[in-house]
Amino acid sequence: MGKYFQEEIECAPVEKIKALQDELLPKQVRYVWDNVLYYRKKMEAHGVTPDDIKSTADLYKLPFMSKADLRDAYPYGLLAVPLSDCVRIQSTSGTTGKRVVAFYTQGDIDLWEDCTARAIVAAGGTKDDVCQVSYGYGLFTGGPGLDGGSHKVGCLTIPTSSGNTERQIMFILDLSATILCCTPSYAAYIGETFKEKGYKPEDIPLKAGIFGAEAWSEEMRRDIEKTLGIKAYDIYGLTEISGPGVAFECSEQNGMHINEDHFLAEIIDPKTGEVLPEGTQGELVFTSLDKKAFPLIRYRTRDICTLTREKCSCGRTHIRMSKPKGRSDDMLKIRGVNVFPSQIETVLMNNGYAANYQILVGRVNNTDTFEVKVEMTPDMFTDNIGEIQARRKVLEDGLRSMLGIKAKVTLVAPKSITRSEGKAVRVIDTRKI
Amino acid sequence: MSVNQVSVFLENKPGTLKKLTKVLAAHKINIRALSLAETSEFGIVRMLVNDVFEATNVLKENNFVASLAPVLAYAIADEAGDLDNLLEKFSAADINIEYMYAFAGKERAYMIFRVNDTKEAEALLKSKGLKSLTQEEIAAV
Repeated sequence: MGKYFQEEIECAPVEKIKALQDELLPKQVRYVWDNVLYYRKKMEAHGVTPDDIKSTADLYKLPFMSKADLRDAYPYGLLAVPLSDCVRIQSTSGTTGKRVVAFYTQGDIDLWEDCTARAIVAAGGTKDDVCQVSYGYGLFTGGPGLDGGSHKVGCLTIPTSSGNTERQIMFILDLSATILCCTPSYAAYIGETFKEKGYKPEDIPLKAGIFGAEAWSEEMRRDIEKTLGIKAYDIYGLTEISGPGVAFECSEQNGMHINEDHFLAEIIDPKTGEVLPEGTQGELVFTSLDKKAFPLIRYRTRDICTLTREKCSCGRTHIRMSKPKGRSDDMLKIRGVNVFPSQIETVLMNNGYAANYQILVGRVNNTDTFEVKVEMTPDMFTDNIGEIQARRKVLEDGLRSMLGIKAKVTLVAPKSITRSEGKAVRVIDTRKI
Repeated sequence: MSVNQVSVFLENKPGTLKKLTKVLAAHKINIRALSLAETSEFGIVRMLVNDVFEATNVLKENNFVASLAPVLAYAIADEAGDLDNLLEKFSAADINIEYMYAFAGKERAYMIFRVNDTKEAEALLKSKGLKSLTQEEIAAV
């Protein structure tokens, strides 16, 4: 297999990639027009038909899709194949507790797993490697995505899923895992735990890590690389487009190659929607070129980054994206999980608290801290400390089940959270990313 | 008769108790007994005050969360052994004390008890010859 998983396409001349995109895009646009009523209506309202799209140069004529469209069309509104052709769903958290559900045909899964396999090989993975997948398995795309790629590469796959750090460490040591796939904050935690147990980097069999699903800094990368004695690679993706592997880092660790044969990337001005030239910072927009079940056209990721086509010495020719700087809306990514303030609000209201709360996100030892300050209310107050603690526990459990991650709830005095006249300052994020 | 205790939620950080006493002082509310229970993040101040109605009103106006809890107050002799005598009767009646606090007056000492079932406990102790203090009696101490 060597250096690349699919060398012919990964290292294809740029002209060839562009020709492929020019061929795929008009077909894909006609495909969604024919099969998805929601798209047809949206394109009609925008005054554009498939006849107007002759190549990628016409991409700008098409309307954008956003998370709001996904919510409007939930659950089946954007499905382009009969449900009987689908073999899987994956899901991401959405606002007000409504999740985004993405559908996959077997072909879509294959395509996605090719992408994660490319990422594993780019990180030095071969069939001789032991790949421990410590991303969560289940609705979250992290576990299933890397698991599938690991199989394609032919690695011995250890599907530990996330959590139970003692067991993670046991498998890494006992089965000599060489590649670790998880969120960067979990990698940092695993590293810390090794350190506490007295392991030096050279005692740890890992040689590479593929970390994504949350924003992380170069500083954090260096920390993880040092404690685990590995090379750490970034991977990017989103459930709406397929999952991790939409883009991945190569040996150069200088931007992530977007799998352009499947995903067409643009950078736009988030305010005006105008397409920006290469190298300019803006919002990343994706069009899936050959997915069948859930093919999104011009989907706004809200991730802010830049694109570059500068030659990469790894040999891959696909365009590279910089590490996203942050989201253009209020969504928080905490420990790899999407968190919306409105979800927290829902849990508070359901438990008898008012919507007076504040979310504090920080980072201690490379792991995200997540605290929710909630104002005590007359209804929730009692003279009994044990009872107050029990009610707080109910709240923490409710948040955990809504969000999928643990939040620390701190009860504060009434009116102690600053009220705002405009948009409430709900989030204080002190992470330096 | 049980006595109404005022319980107030406070954050466990510098200055929060002072905020409470400032409000009470401004309204000339006299604290007769006070106890503070704390966790690492918050605490509950429990007080007997001379004017329960006024106290709860001004606390509410000043954005405190407060509630009333019935407690039993007993006067004992301010001398060695008398609390033991009193608790002997609690034990005999099998009454569980959730929490208690105490203060000493000029002649006597006053013991405040929070129990699970105030009415039942009061009746049981009464049958053993113990008479709990009324709100007025506490205020007059």
